[in-house]
Amino acid sequence: MRVTVIDYKAGNLTSVLKALHHLGAEAIVTDGDLALVESAERIVLPGVGHFAATERLDATGLTGAIRAAIARGVPFLGICVGMQWLYAGSSEAPEQPGLGHFPEQCAHFAESTEKVPHVGWNSLEVKNGSRLLADVEPGEYVYFTHSYRGPVTSDTAAITHYIEPFAAAVERDNVMGVQFHPEKSGATGLKILCNFLSWSAEGSK
Amino acid sequence: MITKRIIACLDVHAGRVVKGVQFVDLVDAGDPATQAARHAREGADEIVLLDITATHEGRQTLLDTVRRTARELFVPFCVGGGIRTADDAAQVFDAGADKVSVNSAALKDPTLIDAIGRSFGAQAVVVAIDARRDPKAADPVRDAEVFVQGGRKPTGRRVVEWAREAEQRGAGEILLTSMDSDGTRAGFDCELTAAVSESVGIPVIASGGAGTVGHFVDVFGRGKADAALAASIFHFGVSSARSLKEELAKAGVSVRLPC
Repeated sequence: MRVTVIDYKAGNLTSVLKALHHLGAEAIVTDGDLALVESAERIVLPGVGHFAATERLDATGLTGAIRAAIARGVPFLGICVGMQWLYAGSSEAPEQPGLGHFPEQCAHFAESTEKVPHVGWNSLEVKNGSRLLADVEPGEYVYFTHSYRGPVTSDTAAITHYIEPFAAAVERDNVMGVQFHPEKSGATGLKILCNFLSWSAEGSK
Repeated sequence: MITKRIIACLDVHAGRVVKGVQFVDLVDAGDPATQAARHAREGADEIVLLDITATHEGRQTLLDTVRRTARELFVPFCVGGGIRTADDAAQVFDAGADKVSVNSAALKDPTLIDAIGRSFGAQAVVVAIDARRDPKAADPVRDAEVFVQGGRKPTGRRVVEWAREAEQRGAGEILLTSMDSDGTRAGFDCELTAAVSESVGIPVIASGGAGTVGHFVDVFGRGKADAALAASIFHFGVSSARSLKEELAKAGVSVRLPC
């Protein structure tokens, strides 16, 4: 099982790579070798930090290569900022467009008395039919750390409540994203990564 | 619903977990990687490893320890102790930490917070503050004095204003230790914790004084803490994070269960 992990110099990749290795995947890291994206079997776009860092994906040509891979049906998983990048953009860096696979915008949590960033373990309300979140039971917890979030839409695979309901996961066919960190979410997180690693167009696991 | 975090803390000296009161009379409490894995298995929401080896040669040992500990750990992992520069932090992240905790070095040069946050994101920077109430101050709690070097050296800084500066510079969380309570097992300093938690918009982790389940209920309620560090109550098998959380749930605290 080969996974191409995109390095766009936003935070560190160690935890994601560790989790993929733990699950028996061979992770290949690239920060701009388009051939590795063109031949990718699966793609993971991690990311902690600022949305502006995704500018590097445009500068290196990775955006186009990823778009083409997605169109070929390659399973794609974006984590945290990597999920937000799947949308049209984020108010964190309004001048920097996202991939636009999902047409909405990500935005900062609404003003409230709650702490932002949203840091800690929160529960998932999984929508029926999510393949990425198959076998995640109601009340299982995952680890979040973020200040911006995607809106709840028809592509939302799971909702989490903090200040307001937001998209904890997004999923349409081979394109998936999670706002939380599966690599830091214990057994539940590993199960979700495992679902991604066994995802196929035919739906057999 | 967001849950209150129970964080297991390992004090590490020369590659071994140690326990002692105020860093004296250290007792060997095992291998860090083994202990961290056990805490994660027994329900800890996060692991903090604080290196108290104060020597330069200790750096390499620490990085080896972090690497070994991180290898099979799939909950958030924070490392502190001796991180003086953004390069030190980069090495610790590279070894597998998700967050670093900075204390003395950030007080000496607060731009360290900005520098680490810029490279690794605010979520990766925890600013640890050791504070002692100042009976001479107008407000002994809000103006509690900040100490460095394991609580040996006063800085003249006041806890609330330093926590606010840390937040402005891009800290993602505050790890607040009450020096008055630390080691007493008589309870967290809830007033101090609440004063800091209500003054910043970022999560505050309370530390120092845990002895009973009731102390945790207090610090999450009255103390307005977002997370609490449990150190000595877990060692030597006294209790596990899971059993602590089961008791907290009974008391109405939202925690991650089952875990």
